[in-house]
Amino acid sequence: MDLYEFQAKELFARHGVPTTSGIVVRTPAHAKQAAEELDCAVVVKAQVKTGGRGKAGGVKLAANPQEALERATDILGLDIKGHTVHQVLITPASDIDEEYYVSILLDRSNRTFLAMASKEGGVEIEQLAVERPEALARVSVDALVGVDRAKAEEIVDAAGFDASVRDQVIVVLERLWDVFIKEDATLVEVNPLVKTPEGQVLALDGKVSLDENASFRHPEFDSLVDSVETDPLEVAAKERDLNYVKLSGSVGIIGNGAGLVMSTLDVVAYAGEEFGGQRPANFLDIGGGASAQVMADGLEIILSDAEVKSVFVNVFGGITACDAVANGILQALELLASKGEAVAKPLVVRLDGNNADLGRRILRDAANPLVEIVDTMDEAARRVAELAAQGA
Amino acid sequence: MAIFINENSKILVQGITGSEGGKHARRMLASGTNIVAGVTPGKGGQSVDADGHIVPVFGSVGDAVAQTGADVSVVFVPPKFTKGAVYEAVDAAVPLVIVITEGVPVHDTADFFAYAQRSGTTRLVGPNCPGIISPGKSNAGIIPGNITQAGRIGLVSKSGTLTYQMMYELRDLGFSTCVGIGGDPIIGTTHIDCLEAFEADPETDAIVMIGEIGGDAEERAAAFIKANVTKPVVGYVAGFTAPEGKTMGHAGAIVSGSSGTAAAKQEALEAVGVRVGKTPSETARLMREIISGS
Repeated sequence: MDLYEFQAKELFARHGVPTTSGIVVRTPAHAKQAAEELDCAVVVKAQVKTGGRGKAGGVKLAANPQEALERATDILGLDIKGHTVHQVLITPASDIDEEYYVSILLDRSNRTFLAMASKEGGVEIEQLAVERPEALARVSVDALVGVDRAKAEEIVDAAGFDASVRDQVIVVLERLWDVFIKEDATLVEVNPLVKTPEGQVLALDGKVSLDENASFRHPEFDSLVDSVETDPLEVAAKERDLNYVKLSGSVGIIGNGAGLVMSTLDVVAYAGEEFGGQRPANFLDIGGGASAQVMADGLEIILSDAEVKSVFVNVFGGITACDAVANGILQALELLASKGEAVAKPLVVRLDGNNADLGRRILRDAANPLVEIVDTMDEAARRVAELAAQGA
Repeated sequence: MAIFINENSKILVQGITGSEGGKHARRMLASGTNIVAGVTPGKGGQSVDADGHIVPVFGSVGDAVAQTGADVSVVFVPPKFTKGAVYEAVDAAVPLVIVITEGVPVHDTADFFAYAQRSGTTRLVGPNCPGIISPGKSNAGIIPGNITQAGRIGLVSKSGTLTYQMMYELRDLGFSTCVGIGGDPIIGTTHIDCLEAFEADPETDAIVMIGEIGGDAEERAAAFIKANVTKPVVGYVAGFTAPEGKTMGHAGAIVSGSSGTAAAKQEALEAVGVRVGKTPSETARLMREIISGS
């Protein structure tokens, strides 16, 4: 779960990372009010979960409250890489002498953590990593030791920080480690970390990603979930504990197991090339159990997507045998009908694995005109793409 | 032979008195697995009756190992207690610990993975994986035992259901061992570990490798295959249509460079001569061609 800048900075402040305070607002009038309250020149910063805000015109200086109102008017509603700006952070403008970069993150390749630091912050760090890798220090962090004083010194010296800021950056790194470990983050990044003309080191921006698997020990994670930037169907799916991602195609997908569902999307897109480029409309993994209730919840979400023209139910019966899955599908259709949401879009069902023959027979015997049973995943994908093309 | 587990494996189940642990212990027993012990803290001295097979329950992994000689632990305990359970198994020097539990915080995994590695005694598989099956010999985890048979193909996969799909598609040929390594950001046993073991296993003739988006494990596996694997390998990668940035932050992309996409993984595998199927069924067909040609 990615956080907004203002949320990241709140975590920084809580763990003693020096940063700037600010006020989050949703209207130009409130932006003016915030600037009056801060009583200094301010920066108006778009709060969106993507990089490159500055270049997109999402970060502007305002010398007085009236300018803050004007800049907020410009920025609110702006589209930045597909993210609409719904809120801006009003924060005191800082004079900057130097800009640095520091981060701590999960290092999948080496199955541990990694700290990165550079004296050349404020730029796109991916670009720096490619163009001048020698300017970006990377120091592996032992998961059992963490970033202690010695490790922080190692990172700072690897990046070659000047003696005038060395001690301050060491402290920043130690406290960022606190954020990383105590908040169960997978990424904490400060870009830029700046030195002010007074010689003070400050986190001017912040990016934090949290591990949702750790929610059980962080009840506060719930309050950080963002329903503004999330697709409404994804919000509805999450409320029902469904693992759903909205995509832009016409074929609704339900399957069991993340890998199989991902594979189903690919196979549908591949088959869809023959039918005018039909593509999957969503990712939905209903898990190993595939009970009637979960199937009904999933179908309900998918059928409420106006872009969906046909639905592919692709289940491998492993732990749950296919006869149970077939009955689950039929009960799901009944459940929806009883709620007045009769299914009017064609369903292609592919069942394989334990008791596949029995499962198919149950569906054939039920003879629902909207349900087609196709024996293999590849043929089913072709058929469902064809039906989507016909329904379009 | 097979890899990692065989008919001599003595399995213990951590969390056997829980609903998942109990259910799957019964399923494992039904597919011929030798379960010698269960472990649940505070419930030592009890026993579990799994369809007439009485499994003694111990209060600690140490006790269970001392009294039964268990050499594989399958962990079903909830995420909150997984780290403690793995520490306990490592401290008891269990050679193979398979963590089935889904939803383990990655900080916990990084920690217990480092702990297991440092021990020098324990191989970790998972977390968030379906486990390992050597059909007809032993089944440690939640892989359905009745969808395939023993044979000479080795399978390694990040995905559970794609593992089952492939086992089922090639059920007439059969498998030496199928390893579900799990799709979490940090996992104890990688594609490379399994490729190395299959290469050394005289009962494995050919290997199916299933990957999915994220990280660079498949690219690393490709490099390993080029340098070390003489047996034929076919591959499949899921996630060509997966939306970018839905699960990974941009700093993660720095670590793995331009890799992490399905296309990059397919390209890396094909560059070292691995034939990669467009669909699971096509992948199974490629394996059939190899087996019938050899």
